[in-house]
Amino acid sequence: MPVTLVLKTPPPVPLEAELLTPDAIAERSRADICALPVNLGKRRMRLDDFFDVDGERSDEIEIRGDASRVKWIGRGMTRGRMLIRGNGGMHLGSGMTGGAITVTGNVSDWLGAEMKGGTIRVQGNAGGQVGAAYRGSLNGMSDGTIVVQGSAGLEVGMRMKRGLIVVGGRVRDFAGLQMKGGTIVLAGGAELRTGAWMVRGTIVALSSISLLPTFAYACTYNPTFLNLYAKHIATLGWTIPFDAREGGYRRYTGDTCVPGKGEILVWTGF
Amino acid sequence: MDRILNGVRIADTFAEAFDMRAARVVITAASPKWARTAAECMTGFATSVIGCKVEAAIESELGPEETPDGRPGIGVLLFGFDTEGLTSRLVDRIGQTVLTCVTTACFDGLPQSPERVPVGGILRHFGDRFQSSKVLESQRYWRIPVMDGEFLIQETFGIQKAIGGGNFLILGANQDAALGAAEAAVDAMRRVRGVALPFPGGIVRSGSKVGARRYKKLIASTNDAYCPTLRGRPDTATELPDGVNAVLEIVVDGLERSSIERALAAGIGAACRPGIVEITAGNYGGKLGKHHFHLHQLPLD
Repeated sequence: MPVTLVLKTPPPVPLEAELLTPDAIAERSRADICALPVNLGKRRMRLDDFFDVDGERSDEIEIRGDASRVKWIGRGMTRGRMLIRGNGGMHLGSGMTGGAITVTGNVSDWLGAEMKGGTIRVQGNAGGQVGAAYRGSLNGMSDGTIVVQGSAGLEVGMRMKRGLIVVGGRVRDFAGLQMKGGTIVLAGGAELRTGAWMVRGTIVALSSISLLPTFAYACTYNPTFLNLYAKHIATLGWTIPFDAREGGYRRYTGDTCVPGKGEILVWTGF
Repeated sequence: MDRILNGVRIADTFAEAFDMRAARVVITAASPKWARTAAECMTGFATSVIGCKVEAAIESELGPEETPDGRPGIGVLLFGFDTEGLTSRLVDRIGQTVLTCVTTACFDGLPQSPERVPVGGILRHFGDRFQSSKVLESQRYWRIPVMDGEFLIQETFGIQKAIGGGNFLILGANQDAALGAAEAAVDAMRRVRGVALPFPGGIVRSGSKVGARRYKKLIASTNDAYCPTLRGRPDTATELPDGVNAVLEIVVDGLERSSIERALAAGIGAACRPGIVEITAGNYGGKLGKHHFHLHQLPLD
């Protein structure tokens, strides 16, 4: 049985709840869970000041309600499952190393920032800096998978080192900014400056996107490694094309102003 | 006491086998034809670990649903005496026969094995630092640029304990009968997963004994006791019953004892047909290997 947390009313200002993780709740009684500290502004409060708590000692958590002002949910989690029936706030799943988070609504900025493992699935839209590095930090996400079915904001995958980000809708500017590795799949296109200053890594665009002049066309082909990704992504309920009978990928290398060894693969169907 | 199967006598003896190390390689390509071409090249000159340093054979054809990249593939098993030697053979053979073969990719077929050896991690150097890698589900894959696109290979391959040298001998009334029975046996044995028949067509005609009677430096020489042309010579103690004029051997290596047992049972069952006088097995009195496959204890039909 999962521990169920029902938000009483959305907090008036952002609530910082970084102990809302399976790691913190798995071994705790209901009374201990109710007493977990959360920060409303500078005031330290109890979890049950904001949530009705049901269940105990489980590494599965279900959060119900509009938690778009609840920050740091799933921060650093290593195991278990979280289901958010509604929206999630900033920094959801940041630094997580394992486990899975599913959000049925939208999430705000810094989704999975600097995550090191695990899976996050968002059925709605995400804000900016998905899987990105925090300001001043060298590396963004270093492993794990983030799937956003809707759109996403600025700087998706900024400085990411490894891992996979899939965005179903359109992303805003600077997707893959200063990317160092990993893979970003853009199923719904992107706005400007995709891949700017990327050093390594792969951006897969399933529709035509505007490219910086510092990316050079290499060839049109069907890279075998994408077959592996297609198989993996299919387990997440998503598809990417790879069959040579249906089309090919135009490969652009860059960003040559860095100079970079990254690549942008743009699907071109027949 | 001898056992009779389909009119063929099964000798009360055992096949003697020994410890080996094994790897399974999955080769995929744009079509089954090219996957098989690479696999056949890779398993060429790999009949005996004594002379070839490795024993290898095609294990199975794999459908797109069974391969990591969703393309048609071939599973290949390779057996060596030790991990170090087997690693070298993997690097050599994949580098020369799979990397060079059009459209192919190469994956580890023993992903659960905790013992890992670098293969793609060595072959990546062919990329001259133009190579790149991808990490997916904790596995690193190397993308090596080649003239038809990219060669994709897994960084590490699994190695596991295995058994080599399972065998049985088909004693036929003539060469045609022995060959027909051996071919039927090979067809049956190749349907068993986890085994490899490393000799040409799965069949050996030059069965050997340990050492030599006259050439002291040889580590193996002809099995004179089973050579029909030597029957009657005073310096040969023939093991051939009357009526036997041709003998063929089938050697089987396997990942596990149970898979070798299944393969031996399937092969012996298929080989027991008209024209065959006896099925027996090669052993060295139990001194060579610790794995003994007693023919009478196999699940023969």
